[in-house]
Amino acid sequence: MVTIDDKKLIADEKVNNPSFAKTIWREIKHDKMALISLVLLLALLITAYSSPLFIDQEQLQRVNFLETWEAPSSEHLLGTDDGGRDVFGQLLIGTRNSFTIGLSVTLIAGLFGLTVGLISGFFGGWVDNVIMRIIDFLMVLPNLMFIIVFVVIVPNYSIFSFVLIMSAFAWFGKARLIRSKGLAERELDYINASKTLGTPNWKIMFFEMFPNLSSLVIVNMTLSLAGNIGLETGLTFLGFGLPASTPSLGTLIAFATNPDIVQNKSWVWLPAALLILVMMLCINYIGQAVKRASDARQRLA
Amino acid sequence: MVKFIIRRVLIMIPQLFLLSLIIFVLAKQMPGDAVTGAFMGNPNVSDEQMEKIREEYGLNDPWYVQYGHWIGKAVKGDLGSSYTHKQPVTSLLAGRVTTTVTLGLFILIVSYIIAIPLGIIAGRWTDTWADKLIVLYNYFSFATPLFVFALLMLYFFGFVLGWFPTGNSVDVRLDAGSWEYYVSKFKHLVLPGMSGAILATFGTIQYLRNDIIDTKLKDFVKTARAKGVPEGKVYTRHILRNSLLPIAAFLGYEITGLIAGSIFLEMIFSYPGLGQLFIQSITGRDFTVTTAIVMISGAAVIVGTMLSDIILSIIDPRIRIE
Repeated sequence: MVTIDDKKLIADEKVNNPSFAKTIWREIKHDKMALISLVLLLALLITAYSSPLFIDQEQLQRVNFLETWEAPSSEHLLGTDDGGRDVFGQLLIGTRNSFTIGLSVTLIAGLFGLTVGLISGFFGGWVDNVIMRIIDFLMVLPNLMFIIVFVVIVPNYSIFSFVLIMSAFAWFGKARLIRSKGLAERELDYINASKTLGTPNWKIMFFEMFPNLSSLVIVNMTLSLAGNIGLETGLTFLGFGLPASTPSLGTLIAFATNPDIVQNKSWVWLPAALLILVMMLCINYIGQAVKRASDARQRLA
Repeated sequence: MVKFIIRRVLIMIPQLFLLSLIIFVLAKQMPGDAVTGAFMGNPNVSDEQMEKIREEYGLNDPWYVQYGHWIGKAVKGDLGSSYTHKQPVTSLLAGRVTTTVTLGLFILIVSYIIAIPLGIIAGRWTDTWADKLIVLYNYFSFATPLFVFALLMLYFFGFVLGWFPTGNSVDVRLDAGSWEYYVSKFKHLVLPGMSGAILATFGTIQYLRNDIIDTKLKDFVKTARAKGVPEGKVYTRHILRNSLLPIAAFLGYEITGLIAGSIFLEMIFSYPGLGQLFIQSITGRDFTVTTAIVMISGAAVIVGTMLSDIILSIIDPRIRIE
């Protein structure tokens, strides 16, 4: 039964212990750079994701040999590329594709790393030992080389397999991080109490342990989102990422492998390079604010 | 101590074995084999003859027999031969390895030259404008993707300003061994090296700054101050001695990053090292070379990590307990 006193207590509790989302928002509001980053990133993403409304992708992909390598003009804001395609339009589509891929990789790798980390941390003992030895080994592999090799040998290569390959090499660090926190968490009373009550292990892991680690996961995912976008564009730049039919920001930068284009046709690759830079800086700034919010000692607000 | 080192070295053996096994399985998945590579499209060699050659060279044996052959040869330094370059992989790699190692060493040394003073300044004078600038730079170096930064450096310093050469590792017209030759080598190294080094400082600065801030408040430092040790000496004698040592040990952990970095840097600056050869071999379907490079890089990382672990355990005995 809830009395008025209890209600007041609950209300007080809410004021004194604001939710993580609220803490993050407070932290971002307090840090001007993070706020600017957030606004900039949102503006960028909204423009990129709404671009299909005013850009016809098929027309964008059509090769037009009468207009190749045109310098920026009022008709083509950022000029055209080797096939006479509008760079500005490709930039928007590219941002959308790169961000989507980066986000999917982060989510898939996050889910996988979380599951493995929780299992390892919750059970401890030999389970933990075996999993950690495997992760130790996987972490020393030269990741980038292995991703490239997999991209080349996978049959029926598609965007989906690309995302899976990238995710397959992105979860080790997360699993290790969550495991180390999980090991500390499993010794606590609420876990033991729950075990005594007969709650199934998976329920304890995902519904009782996980919420206590969630802020850690969110911080880690925000920061690795930036890393994954960087890696995707980098791979596409090298020619082992998205197929040419789905332009990414890396596709535009890949034009810069030719010295003539680097020097004389900078409108093709420079905007994409700068855009990636801005996006990375924004996401990381937000990530830092989120990180501070997760740790009461570091908070500015 | 000795027990830890022996155990750590022994862990390396299954790691190397597993690495070679994975690479071998992957190599088998790659389209085509040495025979198709050498004779494909040669009208004088029919399919039956190719099959016969395969039989002769043991390419139709079960995979574990083939693996045994491959690893046996690899241990002796025979990594097969490249069919695009028509020479043994080992001699093809030799020159490339030197180029990449030079680049890697340059990046490491320069990044330490930048990072150590900055880390110390940021740690000692926390919350001053210098510290804020350093933290900003550190944040920038963490967030910037290497290939974007390298391209911007190439564009600005190589093309717009024209200060540095924009490709290759040396001016090919010069005689090897002359003074100009080495000067030209160095000039070619500066741009890719600096691009890598400026972004590679992140870990060291972050570590030093945090470590100094933590150590500053420890009891032994307070004791030193209370005894009247001048502030400068408190840092050089007491704090830095503790904070700087582990940095030497992190060297081995940096190898993974250097290998990934070398791929991008060498592609962008057309710098003829291992990373460039890796990409060339994989686009040219020259898979013997690809496998050899992945194997060498993987082994380098495994050995590097082991050395770092051992050095760290000598410096910090707490690590040994596990």
